[in-house]
Amino acid sequence: MDNVAIIGVGIHPFGRFGAKSAIEMGAEAVRGALADAGIEWKQVQFAFGGSREVDNPDAVVGLLGLTGIPFMDVYNGCATAATALELTADGIRSGKYDIGVAVGMDKHDPGAFTADPVHYGAPPWYGEIGHFLTTKFFGMKINRYMHDHGISHRTLARVAAKNYRNGVINPNAFRRKPLSEEAILGSRMLNYPLTNYMFCSPDEGAAAVVLCRADLAHRYTSAPVYLRATTLRTRSYGAHEVHASWAAVEQAEAPTVYASRAAYEAAGIGPEDVDVIQLQDTDAGAEIIHMAENGFCADGDQEKLLAEGATEIGGRLPVNTDGGLIANGEPIGASGLRQVHELVLQLRGQAGERQVPGQPRVGYAQLYGAPGTAGVSILTR
Amino acid sequence: MSQIPFAPDVFTWPSERPQLIGGRCGRCGTTTFPMQSSCPRCGDLGMEQVLLPRTGTLWTWTTQEFLPKEPYASGETQETFRPFAIGLVQLGDEVRVEGRLTVSDPAEISFGMELELVVFPFRAEEDGTEVMSYAFRPLS
Ligand SMILES: [Zn+2]
Repeated sequence: MDNVAIIGVGIHPFGRFGAKSAIEMGAEAVRGALADAGIEWKQVQFAFGGSREVDNPDAVVGLLGLTGIPFMDVYNGCATAATALELTADGIRSGKYDIGVAVGMDKHDPGAFTADPVHYGAPPWYGEIGHFLTTKFFGMKINRYMHDHGISHRTLARVAAKNYRNGVINPNAFRRKPLSEEAILGSRMLNYPLTNYMFCSPDEGAAAVVLCRADLAHRYTSAPVYLRATTLRTRSYGAHEVHASWAAVEQAEAPTVYASRAAYEAAGIGPEDVDVIQLQDTDAGAEIIHMAENGFCADGDQEKLLAEGATEIGGRLPVNTDGGLIANGEPIGASGLRQVHELVLQLRGQAGERQVPGQPRVGYAQLYGAPGTAGVSILTR
Repeated sequence: MSQIPFAPDVFTWPSERPQLIGGRCGRCGTTTFPMQSSCPRCGDLGMEQVLLPRTGTLWTWTTQEFLPKEPYASGETQETFRPFAIGLVQLGDEVRVEGRLTVSDPAEISFGMELELVVFPFRAEEDGTEVMSYAFRPLS
């Protein structure tokens, strides 16, 4: 399935930007992606926009040009950007369009997300008694995982320290200061075993990609990157997921495992072929669990891999080379397209100080969020 | 002083030996907590209320060390908030349920520990009425 190419990527930095609107950031990201592709907005035939906070991401057309194209808005939790990407790719795969844009944008208040639990399928009292917190779920999930697979608190700190280090050399990142493992371990405990500096924060930002029919890509670029697979999966019975007041005794694998397997199968690529990896690191524990759920190691191997530095930019499994969510924060609508932006730079050899050595050929991105939704994308050059 | 549960049909109250109220699918036997209108496994509409076992074992847990935003309604403030622990507790071989633990120090919590259901005053209304919630207490 190499019938869709990525010919342009653009990003508005992630962080805090005062009164600047998410729509303005989205328009900047699209302009960046168009310039990268060497095309004009009027050549774009359709678009998908993703956001949690913005009701109508399609309002960016008011800043880009009112060309009348179909522009569809999506929200799918933390997998919003993967959804916008998949739908845009499908529009091209179906033969309906030749060239389209996927854009994600958001502007969140500081602090943990909140909402009405009923909208997540949880009981109405779930928030009232203090259970409606994504951070609590991540604490429970990694705590059991550490118990079962011998992962140490030090390894959690290694993941976070690595992502902050990568953020230092990413000019678009939110957190650009290195933090020592000691400072991470010593920061305030929020949800045992996860401390303050082991979590990402909601913030602001936007990212966009221009996709086109693979057979047309060489009109626009000498270095197309092909989108080999996009998959989305929700939870199956037996998975213990975010915002659940109960779980089955009989356990099923997490939605990421299913999305990952389907993506490898569609791409005809295995985890051993992947050169650069982007994983949902809502917290340091999530990155550890997702390494195994996406097939990059066996459960428990992360202890040794992190100690060896295998997930560093120069390691054999580079993970979150741009600092991931921990250094970039999570503007939900944009987060997954930020992952794709980084993978495209890496595959083109344009990642500068962050460049993975050895001319990487295969990139992999995974998103995960409430209420148990995962998205995986595989890119090759 | 009067005591009321925070919501109806979550646990039996008043009761010397309170139990959580779940749902069971008449077709495939799947147990949920709380009761829901249809089965999450097979979609059947024939769910019936069932009282869940009072005791169980701790599957996993974490702590909640910052004051949750609204809709958290304990009446606590940043100044008065007391961190708590929360567990996923396996009741028999039927279901695992989330619930607060009566202990909050990680040193007092262990995987597999045996727990029993208790009901405790979660907050007080202005007229002194106590709003009751459920939690799990170590058995030993
Ligand atoms: Zn059923």
